Formats: sequence, C-alpha cells, structure tokens
Amino acid sequence: MSKQTPLYDKHVEAGARMVDFGGWSMPLHYGSQLEEHHAVRQDAGVFDVSHMTVVDVQGSGARDYLRRLLANDVAKLKVPGKALYSCMLNVDGGVVDDLITYYLSDDFYRVVVNAATRDKDLAWMREQATGFEVVLQERGDLAMLAVQGPNALEKALSVLEGEVAAAADALSPFVGAAAGDWFVGRTGYTGEDGFEIMVPAGEAPAFWDRLVGAGVRPAGLGARDTLRLEAGMNLYGQDMDEQVSPLESGLGWTVALEPAERDFIGRQALEKQKAAGNLRRFVGLLLEGRGVLRSHMRVLCGEAGEGETTSGGFSPTLGASIALARVPAGTGERVEVDVRGKPQPAKLVKPPFVRNGKACVEL
Amino acid sequence: MSDTPANLRYAKSHEWVRTESDGTVTVGITDHAQELLGDLVFVETPEVGAGLEPGGACAVVESVKAASDVYAPVGGEVVAVNEQLADSPELVNSDPYGEGWLFRLKPAGDLGGLMDADAYQAMVDEES
Repeated sequence: MSKQTPLYDKHVEAGARMVDFGGWSMPLHYGSQLEEHHAVRQDAGVFDVSHMTVVDVQGSGARDYLRRLLANDVAKLKVPGKALYSCMLNVDGGVVDDLITYYLSDDFYRVVVNAATRDKDLAWMREQATGFEVVLQERGDLAMLAVQGPNALEKALSVLEGEVAAAADALSPFVGAAAGDWFVGRTGYTGEDGFEIMVPAGEAPAFWDRLVGAGVRPAGLGARDTLRLEAGMNLYGQDMDEQVSPLESGLGWTVALEPAERDFIGRQALEKQKAAGNLRRFVGLLLEGRGVLRSHMRVLCGEAGEGETTSGGFSPTLGASIALARVPAGTGERVEVDVRGKPQPAKLVKPPFVRNGKACVEL
Repeated sequence: MSDTPANLRYAKSHEWVRTESDGTVTVGITDHAQELLGDLVFVETPEVGAGLEPGGACAVVESVKAASDVYAPVGGEVVAVNEQLADSPELVNSDPYGEGWLFRLKPAGDLGGLMDADAYQAMVDEES
C-alpha cells in the first residue's frame, strides 16, 4: 500500500493518473503530460513534492557534521536562507544521494533528500552523526509544493498571505526563508524560476486550491521528469547512484576540494580518481536520427568505445529527443545510439537543453 | 471512460481493425491503448508493400513515457500508411479511430480470430 501525501484527495479530484513512486502514490499526469510541461515553460505549474524528505539538522556541531557528510562545503553558505546543492558520498566516492541544504544559522540547517532513498539516507546520516553535537529531525509534518514557471512568482505571491508573502517576495534565487510554520525557497527542478514551499500538512490542501484558483496548473511527475531533463538536471538512481562518481556524472562543480584540509566522506576516493584521469564524460545528446532516446541505450562512440544513456526522452520544448549519457573520455562530437536495435546519429551538446523557456542548444 | 466503437474488431494487444468497402482493412490502436500510453511523440509505421505476419510486431508507438510495439491483427500486405503521423503523432491521442489510424492492409486471412466491441470492452474492464 503506497503512502499518500496530504494532497492525495486533490490529485484524485483533479483526475490524476496515480502511480507508485518511491513508496508514495503520486500523480503521473492530470490528463496531458505535454500540456503540463508547456504550462510550466510558458506560465506556471504546481507540483506536489511532499514525498520528498525534509530533515532538520540542529546543534552546535551541525556545521562540522555537514562539512564531513557532504561533498560540497556548507561553509560557503554565509547568508541565512542560502541553499546549496550537494552529493552525499560513500567512502568509495559513490553517490548515496543528492540533496539541497538550506542554511538557517550556524547551528540549524534544513536538508531535503529524495523520497525513494529516504530510509538509507536517514540511516547513513544517523550513522555519520556519531561524535557530532547534532540532532536530526525528520519533518513528516510538512507538505511541500513546487510552483514553477515564468509567472510562478507572481501567481504564488498573489495567494500567499502576511509574513509568508513578505518573506517570499524578498527572496533572491537559490535562497529560502522561514515564516512562522512555513518555509519558502526560491528553488526548483525545472529550469524555470519559482518557489518550493513547505507548509504544515493540514494547510496544504487549501493552499493548493488557492494556487489552482490563481491559474497555476497542476503538473505531475511525468512533466517534472521532462522538465528536469531539458534543464540538464540529474535524477538520482538514473543519472548517478552508489556505483558512480559525481566526477563522472556531470557533478564535479558540486564537489568542493578546497579547502584541502576539509575531510569529507569520499574525498580520498575522488582524489584518486582525479589523479588516475581518463574519467568518463557526462554529456547531453541530441538525437538527429529517428525514434526516442530512453535510459540505458548503448552509445557507440567510435574508437573511444561505448557509453550509455542515463536519462532520455522527448523534449517537448525542442520537439526533439534528448538524453544525458556517460561516454568514454575521448568521445568525439558525433556518436550513434542503438535505438531499438538500429544505430541512429546523435550529437553531443552541453546541458542544459532548455533554460527559462528558451532553447540552449542548436537543433 | 474509453470509447469502443461497435463497428470495429479488436485484438488482445489493443489494435482495432475496420473493413473498408474495397476489402482492405484499416488498423489503429484503441482509445484505451492511447490513454494508457499517454501523449504520443513518435510513430513508426511499416513500409508500404511490406508483408505482415499475423501477430508480428509491425509498428512502434512512443509516448512521453515509453515505447510500445504494435502487432499486426491480421496478416497481409501493407497498401497505405498514415503519413500525417510523422509530424503529428498526437492524432493517435486525439482521434484514435479516425485521423489517428496507422496503416491499411490487403488482408491475407479473415478477421475471425478478433474480438467484437463487447468482448474487447469486457477484457479491458477485467484488466483495470
């Protein structure tokens, strides 16, 4: 039996096709995934992301703990509310999960991890907390809504009230703020501007109704996946996992090797990989041949060898098929992908494919 | 609720077949099938002139979600394909029994092995 978010009844009411995702019953779409995708690129959409796990990390050792736990460095966070994207690595340098950390104060950080990895993440985080003055508290009492799109800020602000509205209105990109029991971050997973809003579970359905009343379109996990793929954002479990390094997943920019004395988990493994060189490249692919790229297709890279698509699909904004792929070092700018038994030409492009409603790659 | 016209015959694998006045048969996928697949983004039809074995994979419909094979509900020679689908695969979603047809066959056998609308609808109801 899948778990239900506080917005479950709203999804059913709106005619959603519900599917199991990471143990949660979630909306795949509300009729048309394509229309929901376009609504987010051109106007505003709302996603229920209450299945994601919010963990508050508090205590005098919170900062030191996270500097040990995460491959990115929370010491970069100086402005209260500022968010940081990071991987949490195992000792071999594989990715346990990717997550967002909001800095609230030196002894209070809020971390948001994936739904499908909740149990192992919490176990890992607790195990690593030994020896630190830190308390981890899962916030199952909060629902989370992502309002995304060029008109998302305006439409969300029109239905937020009082101190929450004031806090949200003042946010710069990639910053969040608490307002009473609510928390608003100017973050997202679509390549568009918008808010991610944490709200006490009991208040979520009424807030959802107000957003929809303001013309924000409900969007499901299907659109969320095509939007994040166009934005060149990785999906845990698909584009990276415990077996691969962030350095081979396009996430080298999130690994803070400076200062050299910070001993984060996985550091030694990554340093060895770097020294050894010959790392596989993580690239975008634009299909020039026929069909649709999907995950786990073979990428034929000529003399460089073979790679694999990690995420693939049809890009509604570009009207073409795109993928993220891991290919051997030395792969040229043109490859072939084995699409259902037939090699089809594709070219390498640098993600993102789409950002703020506009194509970033040449078709 | 999906639509299942009474004048068509149906295969277990969710194709529909309509007999035309010239004896050829038109093939598409059912409303139920397009609903399950979601928005279509790519359709690969067989080549005109190709000989199809009954039950053989002969076309591919790909949605935002996944790729799915289409099987020949009867054997025969392909005499026409719906060229419009190359640019407008969404016709299969919006009009699965009309503008969204896939291909037309000169059938090599009869349609005796196919279901009528009631039998197909009963199968769909049982699956869901």
